[in-house]
Amino acid sequence: MDTHAAVNREKSFQELVKYAESLSNTQTRDRIVSHIFQTTKKICNDVVSYNQKEKPNPTEKLDRIFTSKIWGFPIMLAMLAVVIYITIAGANIPSSMLANFFGWLEGYLTLAFKAINAPDWLYGILVLGLYRGTAWVVSVMLPPMAIFFPIFSLLENYGYLPRVAFNMDRLFKKAGAHGKQSLTMAMGFGCNAAAIMSTRIIESPRERMIAILTNNFVPCNGRWPTLILLSSLFMAASFTDELSTMVTAAVVVGMVLFGIVVTLSVSWILSKTALKGIPTHYTLELPPYRNPKIWNTIVRATLDKSFYVLKRAVTVAAPAGVLTWILANTYIGDTSILLTIVHFLDPFAKSLGLDGFILMAFILGLPANEIVLPILLMGYLSTGALTEIEDMSTLKQIFIDHGWTWLTALNTMLFSLLHYPCGTTLINIYKETKSKKWTFAAFAIPTVLAITITFVINQIVRLLGLI
Amino acid sequence: MTEDKEWRIALAGNPNTGKSTLFNALTGLRQHTGNWPGKTVVHAEGSFTYNDKTYKIIDLPGTYSLLSNSADEEVARDFIIFEKPDVTIVVLDATALERNLNLALQVLEMTDQVIVCINLIDEARKKGIEINKSLLSKKLGVPVLTISARNGEGIDELLKTIDLMVNGKIKTNPLKLQYGPDIEEKIAKLIPLVTKLFGTEYPARWVALRLLDGDHSLLDALKRDYHSSVRRMTANGYSCSC
Repeated sequence: MDTHAAVNREKSFQELVKYAESLSNTQTRDRIVSHIFQTTKKICNDVVSYNQKEKPNPTEKLDRIFTSKIWGFPIMLAMLAVVIYITIAGANIPSSMLANFFGWLEGYLTLAFKAINAPDWLYGILVLGLYRGTAWVVSVMLPPMAIFFPIFSLLENYGYLPRVAFNMDRLFKKAGAHGKQSLTMAMGFGCNAAAIMSTRIIESPRERMIAILTNNFVPCNGRWPTLILLSSLFMAASFTDELSTMVTAAVVVGMVLFGIVVTLSVSWILSKTALKGIPTHYTLELPPYRNPKIWNTIVRATLDKSFYVLKRAVTVAAPAGVLTWILANTYIGDTSILLTIVHFLDPFAKSLGLDGFILMAFILGLPANEIVLPILLMGYLSTGALTEIEDMSTLKQIFIDHGWTWLTALNTMLFSLLHYPCGTTLINIYKETKSKKWTFAAFAIPTVLAITITFVINQIVRLLGLI
Repeated sequence: MTEDKEWRIALAGNPNTGKSTLFNALTGLRQHTGNWPGKTVVHAEGSFTYNDKTYKIIDLPGTYSLLSNSADEEVARDFIIFEKPDVTIVVLDATALERNLNLALQVLEMTDQVIVCINLIDEARKKGIEINKSLLSKKLGVPVLTISARNGEGIDELLKTIDLMVNGKIKTNPLKLQYGPDIEEKIAKLIPLVTKLFGTEYPARWVALRLLDGDHSLLDALKRDYHSSVRRMTANGYSCSC
């Protein structure tokens, strides 16, 4: 009986829709909307008054500079460069201080373990695996994050990010994508998983899909530290101190620009192939510049973002430290499990200019990009070369001992920039697209790109004998 | 003693009007805020208590309209229509009132439990913008408050107004837009049919308008919600008398 009633209701609902359609015509919607607009105008004329002669709006003045055709891009680049420069220059000293502190603490931990006659394996797992790995992560990742995120948040709260979007808009249109993709891309600099959700602001499904598939090509919170660290250790080694910070910053800026170029290129290819179509029009609202609550913003950015990322890194890195230590110290025959995996991955990784450890770190790092570097370090630390934490140069020594060159660093950075999105992002992509096919595409496109580009660079560099 | 019932408040408004800031001010939570449109795309939830009442507050995505042009507009619209919050707060940017009011008018067509909150009033003052809130309140037929969420200004008054509204102490008379004789005639034809089909489940005049402008996503949503409500009724042992 209920089903019968439901069928009836369904029928009358359809009839109602049909009837309404017969009543309305193409202009009805426009007239309804324009009526709303007229009414608000009338109301505002009555209730809003301006008791000062309107001064020239600073927002408009600033926008004429920030979004100018000539100055827009140079200013954007300069801002990015300055933010990254400050981050790198400022992070060096606290990083070394933290490393020193943890090294000092390790001495006492070792004494404590000896005093209670702890077995070697316990000392190995807890101090050499867990403590050392975590200590490195904290000293390497915390200082740059504690500088970068607050500055980024200040710019965000001031209202500069929409101007970035405005400038980028033209480029995205040319790539056949939606201009608002520049906003979702900007979100991606913070977190790709959140940016995937933010693509909801794009109305057209085609353009939204492009935005989803290409969001991963800008570095997120979890990848900034990797980029900054590797570039400062390897890219500027032959320069003097002051110059080296500049070079480091330039390399990171270059990475970001390369990511944007890839974003645009992949968007363009997609819009010409799998996702054909013409970009739709839209209006992008530029909010007024607002002076951020500076202190508040800094505190919040530090607490929310820096510690959030660090917490994620440490909570995953700590068990990963234990796991890597166990893998490195459990032997099958005369090779440890860890080395078995590494050796298995090594030939392929070498052809990309990486090594088995790096590839393993990226694979195990699927859940979160934050843990790639920690896993890598722990992998290296666990293979005999027991490096005590002394300062940042020991860190570089760890890499060099494992055969790193500037090419290894460059390709690791590129792989980090281009490879598949993290697990959380993939889950969000599936939730938003409800399609296994597109989720797989979001995984496969970046992965294929990362492998191809690092492979090509490796071959060229070796062919030219640059290394 | 705290009452058991949890009252639900929805925050609606244009992008970048400080909804998330107000949300944080009310709940003490730290939802991420930022000066750019589209910060909140999924609704965030939090709760607070005031005057022995527990409130659940839902921060809807910021949208310019509720005419379902995009996924986030649908999220906001569906919440107001299907979840029926006890109070809907429309947050407006005092420095851009004209653009912001469009959304307020649309919300007023959907529900009469509305409080209009003009945020960023400190900035408007700086710019020499004056808003006659009592006149606006008269025109809209609902309470109008001016606040500055980031400085905490006007939050107490807002809490009091919410409390009065859920207690039924505020009678609202929301502005019903008149769309001109021919559209009004069509609305009049549709309203009885809508009421016959849905009863008072949804605002009939508003549904009639959406039928006229051919809002397919809403019609689909209505169908879905309607089916599930039938199922709810059957499950609860009510018989359907239609």
